[in-house]
Amino acid sequence: MTIYYSEEHEWVSVEGDIGTIGITDYAQNALGDIVFVEVPEVGSDHDKGDEVAVVESVKAASEIYAPIGGEVIEINESLEFEPAMVNEHAESDAWFYKIKITDLEELDDLMDTKAYKAFIANLD
Amino acid sequence: MSADTSELLKTPLLTLHEELGGKIVPFAGYAMPVQFPMGVLKEHIHTRTKAGLFDVSHMGQVVITGPNADRWIETLVPGNIVDLPLNHIRYSMFTNDQGGILDDLMITKRKNDLFLVVNAACKTQDIAHMKQHLANGLTLTEITNRALVALQGPKAAEILAKFCSDVDKMDFMTYAEMSILGVDCFISRSGYTGEDGYEFSIPADQAEPICRALLAENDVEAIGLGARDSLRLEAGLCLYGHDITEKTTPLEASLLWSIGQRRRTEGGFIGDKIILEQIATKNIAQKRVGILPDGKAPAREGTSITDKQGHEIGVITSGGFGPTYGGPIAMGYVKPEFSALDTEIFLSVRGKQMPARVAKMPFVPQNYYRKN
Repeated sequence: MTIYYSEEHEWVSVEGDIGTIGITDYAQNALGDIVFVEVPEVGSDHDKGDEVAVVESVKAASEIYAPIGGEVIEINESLEFEPAMVNEHAESDAWFYKIKITDLEELDDLMDTKAYKAFIANLD
Repeated sequence: MSADTSELLKTPLLTLHEELGGKIVPFAGYAMPVQFPMGVLKEHIHTRTKAGLFDVSHMGQVVITGPNADRWIETLVPGNIVDLPLNHIRYSMFTNDQGGILDDLMITKRKNDLFLVVNAACKTQDIAHMKQHLANGLTLTEITNRALVALQGPKAAEILAKFCSDVDKMDFMTYAEMSILGVDCFISRSGYTGEDGYEFSIPADQAEPICRALLAENDVEAIGLGARDSLRLEAGLCLYGHDITEKTTPLEASLLWSIGQRRRTEGGFIGDKIILEQIATKNIAQKRVGILPDGKAPAREGTSITDKQGHEIGVITSGGFGPTYGGPIAMGYVKPEFSALDTEIFLSVRGKQMPARVAKMPFVPQNYYRKN
């Protein structure tokens, strides 16, 4: 299992051709208290960069863009009832959706853990 | 994460906000804390259950001195100020000749003058507007050497009474000059959260020690503008520039209650012809209502409101999540025929038609202190 990160603060955990996608701890912290999460529908197909999910915090709505393309095979239904999970466990239990990755080469554009840590360190 | 504050105006409490870890943002030209490390949600709940301390020093404090100042200000606002008892406060608004709202404000009748609190973003134009119409013999003074802070919440009275005895005996919407830690303060039992509480004006150089003393109390936390906004929205209170503007009249804004009976017949304020006609005919183009989305997704300011067929019937002017209410809440303007309680309306959120209902405001019960 390898974890990749996007500059838009999403993470993708990859096993074989299955990717699990969520937002990073940095992202949840910047968004503040999360009160609503809308995830894509199972069976929907998305290209990299498509708007796939929405996170609403007490402050504002934020669109989440697909860090990698593929077909949605599972969604985290708990988020509908417990959106605040994202504030607590952004990079584990509060994953958003799983996809069958269309093109594994798209992962090359993403960062590894070390590169992402350096990336966010430069933002503050 | 904080904004560069070098170009912004600073309140006497900015250093304290920074020390407390406040996230500082530009607001109406001032460097203001939008939230503290507690976060908006917890700050909101804390204020509703205990007591929250807010810096509102960016707001304008103005004094009008001279004979019959109350009679004069009635030429600019539709509120009944002449009959307002001494040391009482009234909510009113400056109107334009179209009946639109230039700003909303609090007017306190004091022994020798009127004490006004106006919105930060409007204060320059409010002062210019008043000076333009100022009657002979009256003097307008902007108070720039005093901070303004609010202590709000069910514990506010008990806590403030430790520093200022008898403050808990004041009635809501009344005013007193009392000393807190030996400092002369202008104390109003009022606020912008729907809770009991106080707003008090303190000499600028004494604001920080007084706030530190209040924050040292167990039940008091510093609260930012983020929670101030969600608290006032739950309380159904208007935010100027959003829920009320130059394009909305008091009647359209559902603020008829703020216009005194005598004023409704006599008029005598700017825009009175249009406003009195609206009161008589009830003929208005739009009406401000509370809105409860059926689902869980919040609908934000600017969201289009439609009927079942998808025709636009209005727009949301404030919307978000109500932490105490426990779900999405909003207010906005709809055509009058859609303004009855429980009317089904639809909100265009991200291309979808989200069902919603016209609802009663406030969204949470008001908790104002009344003696009787």
